[in-house]
Amino acid sequence: MSVGTPAGAAAGAGAALGIEERFGPYGGRFVPEVLIAALDQLTSAWGEAREDVDFADELARLLGDFVGRPTPLYRAERLSERVGRRVYLKREDLAHTGAHKINNAVGQALLAKRMGKRRVIAETGAGQHGVAAATACALLGLECVVYMGTEDMRRQAPNVERMRLLGADVAPVEVGARTLKEAVSAAIRDWVTNVASAHYVIGSAVGPAPYPALVRDLQRVIGDEAREQALALEGALPGRVIACVGGGSNAIGTFTAFIGDPEVELIGVEAGGEGLDSGRHGASLVAGSTGVLHGALSAVLADEEGQILEAHSVSAGLDYPGVGPEHAYLRDTGRARYEAVPDAEALQAFRELTRLEGIIPALEPAHAIAWLLSEARSARDASAPGRGAEEGDGFDVLTLSGRGDKDLAEVVARLGDG
Amino acid sequence: MADRIAAAFAAARAQGCAALMPYMMGGFPDHETSLAIADAYADAGADLVELGIPYSDPLADGPVIHAAATRALAAGATLDSALTICERLASRVPVVAMTYANMALARGPERFARALADAGAAGAIVPDLPPEEGGDVAAALRAAGLALVPLVAPTTDPERRARLCAAAEGFVYLVSDTRTTGEREALPSGLADLVEATRAESPVPVAVGFGIGTPEQVAAVGAIADGVIVGSRLVRAVDEAGGRDAATAAVAGFIGEARQAIAAAGRAVQ
Ligand SMILES: Cc1ncc(COP(=O)(O)O)c(C=O)c1O
Repeated sequence: MSVGTPAGAAAGAGAALGIEERFGPYGGRFVPEVLIAALDQLTSAWGEAREDVDFADELARLLGDFVGRPTPLYRAERLSERVGRRVYLKREDLAHTGAHKINNAVGQALLAKRMGKRRVIAETGAGQHGVAAATACALLGLECVVYMGTEDMRRQAPNVERMRLLGADVAPVEVGARTLKEAVSAAIRDWVTNVASAHYVIGSAVGPAPYPALVRDLQRVIGDEAREQALALEGALPGRVIACVGGGSNAIGTFTAFIGDPEVELIGVEAGGEGLDSGRHGASLVAGSTGVLHGALSAVLADEEGQILEAHSVSAGLDYPGVGPEHAYLRDTGRARYEAVPDAEALQAFRELTRLEGIIPALEPAHAIAWLLSEARSARDASAPGRGAEEGDGFDVLTLSGRGDKDLAEVVARLGDG
Repeated sequence: MADRIAAAFAAARAQGCAALMPYMMGGFPDHETSLAIADAYADAGADLVELGIPYSDPLADGPVIHAAATRALAAGATLDSALTICERLASRVPVVAMTYANMALARGPERFARALADAGAAGAIVPDLPPEEGGDVAAALRAAGLALVPLVAPTTDPERRARLCAAAEGFVYLVSDTRTTGEREALPSGLADLVEATRAESPVPVAVGFGIGTPEQVAAVGAIADGVIVGSRLVRAVDEAGGRDAATAAVAGFIGEARQAIAAAGRAVQ
């Protein structure tokens, strides 16, 4: 199994193990003292596990036979035609449980078991991470509680049923906007209380160190596979690598393999909600400020007093007012760039990909598709006569992070079924 | 200003008891009521006051204090409005402001420290700012003459605890158990040993908080520690009172009982 690529300066306990605690100025451990010992324990456990051949073998076996990896890198012909450029979809929607979240959940559940912790705490927004955690716990015989905001329970009802069927306890969170931010807080509070016996399986590359590095290490399989597949299919690296960004785990998992290839453009797509000017969005990197949320310094949505604001997105998985610290660092260094796409365009892209490719995407990666479509439109508009976008060289890899079954009710309600 | 903390602990000690430090949420349920509650705390004999500055995402707090913060913010509370409560109290008792890292960073460490100092605060507690992250804020507070009070938890390993204690200013805030703030049925077993170990390492007083909500619990902790912090119990009293006079009467009543319990218990340690 591969290990993480260091980015930025590392310091502290994790540094000795090569697990970054900071990415430039971002990251760190802004947590109550109660959790420090558990984070230290997790850091050394991960440092040891990722060097352990038996652990790597077990994880590789599960990712292969249980999760169904490698996922295909699929050349989307009709989408390519539409955008005038070859587009490959990294098909995380075909992974077991229907999203990339399972890569992290299986890895962390194995780690929990290795640490002798029999109870797993998770939070979920779209329900995909909750389902993944519940699945991994069923597989490994661990107890599982999943915190979920009641607004998300409404939006993603099928996933609530799935989690319960899998034997997880779904704990409704009634605080605030009743979405992902409050679910993460509730999970952290549970962990504070039960820190000796429970492991918190965080669902994205957010949270205090070592979580951003740990989740990235477990998700980088997406980009590692995609890079190899692209080289095999095209004999070259993609010109652009595109992924949606909620907390940032599928994006960092995709980007990591390409960070050392400066010719590859990395593009993260955030939730533009009702528009950046409306203030109702989830675009922490594009339109947020620097601050602390859930234990890390990163880009956040906050007012001038530092009070965290509610995010807004049609997609529960992007409805979060923070983002993983490594993305803030990649933005500042210019290695990656981040864009925001509004709800309406994501919904259109959802329908467009469905009809063009016979693939129903989750609303989260529909944002990435929407960016691709709108980028193609503006490239066509801007291009000089005789030099259409279709003549552009290179190709794109876009991570289709999950499938859209969970979103059908929400999409039909918003678009109608026509 | 940090000296006021030491003086308050010393004065209690001279009377043969631990210091009583009630917590209140600034701006809860609204600004005016909160000012009246502050007066009641001082009148009823608080030795120091821990003043919560409402924050949207208080990770170390349980449901009662979190809900109080949410309501204070909805009623329009800001850092500056909460600090007017600090100003009012500080003329009578030392105030330790309790808030979260993001508020200090958003204002900027220097301006944050100056605002606290201008309001007469003696120190600050920032539970999500362990020393590894708190360098700038700690330095700014120190330059402004304020103590940044460290937290020590039951899960803090002994070597780290010794380091935290050695560097402590004002007092050490010992978290009684591994939970968020909130009332509990009973004090955790092993608390006496934890307090003893921490006091042995700390050059400054050790106050215990989280989960202390009855006069009996106050007395038991007062007998072994230098200070007793009562939070959720009082915030709940304000919530349940539903009116300014009832709220001030309720908190004054509890603080009075707690005072008596502390005095009656005396101290089992030096
Ligand atoms: C399918 C899918 N994609 C993306 C996300 C966003 O998370 P992240 O940015 O961590 O990949 C989610 C979150 O729930 C999701 O379910």
